[in-house]
Amino acid sequence: MSENIVFQRPSVMADVATHYCPGCQHGVVQRLVAEYIDSRQLAEKTVMVTSIGCSVLLYNYLLMDAVEAPHGRAPAVATGVKRVAPDKVVFAYQGDGDLASIGMAEIMHAANRGERITIIFVNNTCYGMTGGQMAPTTLIGQKTTTCPSGRCASSAGLPLRMAEIMAGLPGVAYASRVAVNTTKHIAQAKKAVRMAFDAPLNDQGMGFVEILATCPTNWKMTPLAANQRIADEMIPYFPLGTFKDAKNAGAC
Amino acid sequence: MKSERIFVKGNEAVAMGAIDAGLKAYFGYPITPQNEIPEYMCEHLPEAGGAFVQAESEVASINMVLGAAAMGVRAMTTSSSPGISLMQEGISYLAGSELPCVIVNMMRGGPGLGDINTAQADYYQSTRGGGHGDYRTPCLAPASCQEAYELTREAFDWAFEHRTPVLIVGDAILGQMKEPLTRRAPRPADPAEGQDWRLSGAQGRPARIIRSLRLAEGTLARHNLGLQAKYDALQGLARADCFLTEDADLVVVAFGSIGRIAKSAVRKLRARGLKVGLVRPVTLYPFPSAVLRDLAQAGKRFLTIEHNMGQMVDDVRLAVRGIADSDFFGALPGNLPTPDEFEEAIAKACAGGRS
Ligand SMILES: Cc1ncc(C[n+]2csc(CCOP(=O)(O)OP(=O)(O)O)c2C)c(N)n1
Ligand code: SF4
Repeated sequence: MSENIVFQRPSVMADVATHYCPGCQHGVVQRLVAEYIDSRQLAEKTVMVTSIGCSVLLYNYLLMDAVEAPHGRAPAVATGVKRVAPDKVVFAYQGDGDLASIGMAEIMHAANRGERITIIFVNNTCYGMTGGQMAPTTLIGQKTTTCPSGRCASSAGLPLRMAEIMAGLPGVAYASRVAVNTTKHIAQAKKAVRMAFDAPLNDQGMGFVEILATCPTNWKMTPLAANQRIADEMIPYFPLGTFKDAKNAGAC
Repeated sequence: MKSERIFVKGNEAVAMGAIDAGLKAYFGYPITPQNEIPEYMCEHLPEAGGAFVQAESEVASINMVLGAAAMGVRAMTTSSSPGISLMQEGISYLAGSELPCVIVNMMRGGPGLGDINTAQADYYQSTRGGGHGDYRTPCLAPASCQEAYELTREAFDWAFEHRTPVLIVGDAILGQMKEPLTRRAPRPADPAEGQDWRLSGAQGRPARIIRSLRLAEGTLARHNLGLQAKYDALQGLARADCFLTEDADLVVVAFGSIGRIAKSAVRKLRARGLKVGLVRPVTLYPFPSAVLRDLAQAGKRFLTIEHNMGQMVDDVRLAVRGIADSDFFGALPGNLPTPDEFEEAIAKACAGGRS
């Protein structure tokens, strides 16, 4: 009887244990990126820009050329890479603190210039690496170490909806929000990652995908409860969907 | 290219030096008094096959430089004092990641918004690292348009040879003054530059990572020792322009445009019969300490003149420590110093030593 292998590690994924906490979905997101790169055989022409946050060691898990950016600056670093090497596939991988707080200027302007790069944006509604402080995406009422009685709109503003903001910028060709809390959502996320890479590859503009992910450690939840929180609390405020698709303009 | 003499501003000379050095990427943000550089670049760099982006800030500029430098191309940004402060984060990361690039600071008065007039108040910032962490950046200080052109060309060679950001510090005088310049033939691009470390897509080789994070035990210590060895090796590149120092009783130490103005003062004092000379450090880091130490050993006295409240004078004193000391004269910010202003200060220092 012959074996039929239906599931294996993508070749650009290193065969090592990651440093992520149990139930953390950075690993799931990185696998989706790896699957895309493998499917298109792009590993040899990709340059990754890694950022600051729990994902800073991404280059230990995805075996491609990488440059590490200072906190928030990944879109500027990616601009520098892409402008001198237009033949390369360039993507930046950023957390919500990195992209929506300290790096807000860099992402807005890279998007507005229509840099031919892909942004993988992982939104876990907190600063993971530094111990769960409030992020620009922290939900109203969500308790963190710097808003112990819950985020309050009157002093901290409302959580930023980045995918919608990005869709409003003309240089962005594709902007969507997905989640990785169920197998169905992971399948949708896989497609969104592909679209976010295809947009700059097809010279249409920046590709942006926001991925709702768990941080069980800082949410002080079990991985399963954290998954449930995405459905119960995050998706209602951060609706899933495609907010812009240049190939399919007007039909989202 | 014909070696004709052209009449250009110091800022344009810097831009021309960079393009003739094989510049492939320029990122910048407007600030007086260096706007002629991005203005020149946007027109001429694309013609020369390079990329130009007007960044949204100095923070973005330096990080675009970081990205381009990681690809192994000759990359540059330019700014003036407040903008350089914003770049310090990126400069620290470039130093930590051992990436080559050139950063030009056409200094103006500070602290804070200060004014837009000429000053040399960023000496500490330029020679002490400036950003966080244990690092140094080679720092070159031209005094004329021709020298600005030559040193900018040379800075890229230093940057690649030592895998380090290199600073060029001028000031509003240098940036804005017009002088004749002779351009040389552009340097042909070297396709092998950075070949053993640059990113290019991991084709036929293991993936490369350019980073400044070193978490595993002992790795940062090893890295910092390596950086220190690099800075030690740079000491041999220290350079100074000496003028009439041999028979001088008093040696004036001044850099950049102020060095040039001081030279006029020294000439006038020589005509008055005073035995004065000048050392103009061309490299601020590494500092030409040996030149000063030799002069101290030969019994000279020193007067440091700067366009600030006293910064380089620390390095002069360190250079001659145990043998001599240095007086200090600081031109105040907001004014354009004249040789006359320095003449009296130098004459006074000369007399002070005699009595
Ligand atoms: C300039 C600067 N400020 C602050 C920090 C500290 N810091 C490290 S990670 C981080 C937050 C990362 O949060 P996020 O982007 O949401 O990623 P996550 O860890 O949640 O994946 C911060 C503030 C830093 N490294 N650099
Ligand atoms: S702290 Fe949160 S984001 Fe970071 S690895 Fe742990 S679960 Fe993931």
